[in-house]
Amino acid sequence: MTAPVLRGSGLAQSFGQRTLYQDVTFEVAGGEVFVILGGSGCGKTTLLRQCIGLLAPTAGSVELLGEDIYAAEAPARDAVLRRIGVMFQSGALFGSMTLLENVMLPLEVHTDLPPSARSRIARLKLGLVGLADAAARLPAEISGGMVKRAAIARALALDPPLLFLDEPSAGLDPVTSAGLDRLILDLRRDLSLTFVVVTHELASILAIADRCLMLDHEAQGVIATGDPRRLRDESEDPKVRAFFRREAA
Amino acid sequence: MAQAATLASADRGEARVLSLRGQLDVAAAGVLWTGALREAAAQPERPLVIDLTALELCDTAGAALLLAIEQERPGATIEGAQPHVAAVLERARAALVAPPTPPPSPPVPWHVVIVQGLVSAGDGFAYLGEAVLAVLHVPSRLRQFRRADLMRSADQAGVRAVPLVLLLGLLMGLILAFQSLVPMRRFGADLYVANLVAISLLRELGPLLASVVLAGRSGSAFAAEIGTMKVNQEVDALATMGIDPMTMLVLPRMAAALLVMPVLTVLLEVAGLLGMSVVLVGSGIPMTAIANQVMEWVQPADFYGGLAKAVVFGTVVAAIGCRAGLNAGNGPRAVGEAATAAVVGGIVATIVLDGVFAVLFFRLGL
Repeated sequence: MTAPVLRGSGLAQSFGQRTLYQDVTFEVAGGEVFVILGGSGCGKTTLLRQCIGLLAPTAGSVELLGEDIYAAEAPARDAVLRRIGVMFQSGALFGSMTLLENVMLPLEVHTDLPPSARSRIARLKLGLVGLADAAARLPAEISGGMVKRAAIARALALDPPLLFLDEPSAGLDPVTSAGLDRLILDLRRDLSLTFVVVTHELASILAIADRCLMLDHEAQGVIATGDPRRLRDESEDPKVRAFFRREAA
Repeated sequence: MAQAATLASADRGEARVLSLRGQLDVAAAGVLWTGALREAAAQPERPLVIDLTALELCDTAGAALLLAIEQERPGATIEGAQPHVAAVLERARAALVAPPTPPPSPPVPWHVVIVQGLVSAGDGFAYLGEAVLAVLHVPSRLRQFRRADLMRSADQAGVRAVPLVLLLGLLMGLILAFQSLVPMRRFGADLYVANLVAISLLRELGPLLASVVLAGRSGSAFAAEIGTMKVNQEVDALATMGIDPMTMLVLPRMAAALLVMPVLTVLLEVAGLLGMSVVLVGSGIPMTAIANQVMEWVQPADFYGGLAKAVVFGTVVAAIGCRAGLNAGNGPRAVGEAATAAVVGGIVATIVLDGVFAVLFFRLGL
């Protein structure tokens, strides 16, 4: 078993009097594709935002690449956060920059590479996601699937060992979505990356996940963890069964 | 602690060997890049071997460096790569396969540019026609004409612009009076500064400056607001709901501008006359003399002509702002471009129309 690259311990999140979830504990091992799933409004994206340092949990701790990011001093925390890549649900590409410039931005800010090297590396990243011929295009000029791929390329800019993807398949057709799943598995295999993916797309979950964690808003926490295929076939929990069998609650 | 990659050069018979040791990640690649390429380019007559036996880790930035060395020295041999390093290298090599270069676009012929210009001008006239049609259809689409939007736009374009307009008017009156007073005094014509400034303000500067303020404050705001709606597909949503965007989005803003511009113009003129009076009274001319001079020389046509201009300027500036928003492209940059187009278009149109009014008033003997 590889050492965990991400560990959430006793995580809770409340908004005023309303508790979204509590006592969420999990570990993600290096090289895994770990999926956070659940119905709408259960707190998947909130949990992701806690994991990437954007939202301090009401209780609990997040250990990212061996560092407790909410207890660490700012420099140590920033150093850890530079070693992760995040793809946001909308892609969050900078609309005024070409795809190449989007990918080059983290390299410009965080490395001493000469400009020609930055450009070369950024083109390589775009090539890794199959966008080598779209480097000069603006985000507004490409399709939704290409935006997601470009966002993954930007997340890969600094070669992080750990990537977080928020709803990578949202709004994509099944073929494009399957292509993105393939890309995630290829990158994991070729670059030994770890992925934490938030999604509720059943086909994607079954295609990419090694393990998953299922949140539920009524239970205000985790209702299942493990191999999604086993959960689908063996779980006795009615909510888990309903989710995996696409049954109305 | 991970050891950052280092580069060493050695000889092996005929060949030069560049050995990489340690962890070649993005940081190490940044440090080594220039030196490694220089080393690779040296002694081109000798075969080059890149020895990766002691390379423990290589990420895609490191792979980019190795491939850059390979490109610098075609025929260089990479040897000793551990399986995970070789896999990253192979993936990077596949990703860097150059896509086919698209053929350069041929230059656009001059006649196409002219046609495009004419088409664009035609679009402008079509837009005016649409606006007129929308006005004619308002009685049958009264529910689409939101009075709340009209009031909000009037508040934004009018009430909130009052302090700025008063300040600009006051400063303009002060400056014009002061600048005119110095040369006029040399000819003993101090008192005529009142005529000069009053007529300039009422006929020209009042409506012109108010229109520039409207273009800068509200034309750009209209463009940004409607442009954002366009980007978010809200305009498309209106169309699919059978709601005319022209009636719902454009007409309230045009009507608001039409209503507030005369008021802003009068306020600017009053503030300007006040500023002028301050300078003239300060220079020793009595207030009654200034008032008499203005009343005697300023004709009602000067005042009403200025107001007529203000109404036209305001309507056109608002129409241009709304059109810039409706024509916005996609993405956040498009909203900025629409706002810029609204301000530039509004100011240019104001000055062109001012010229038209000058000729018209001359012909009418006003």
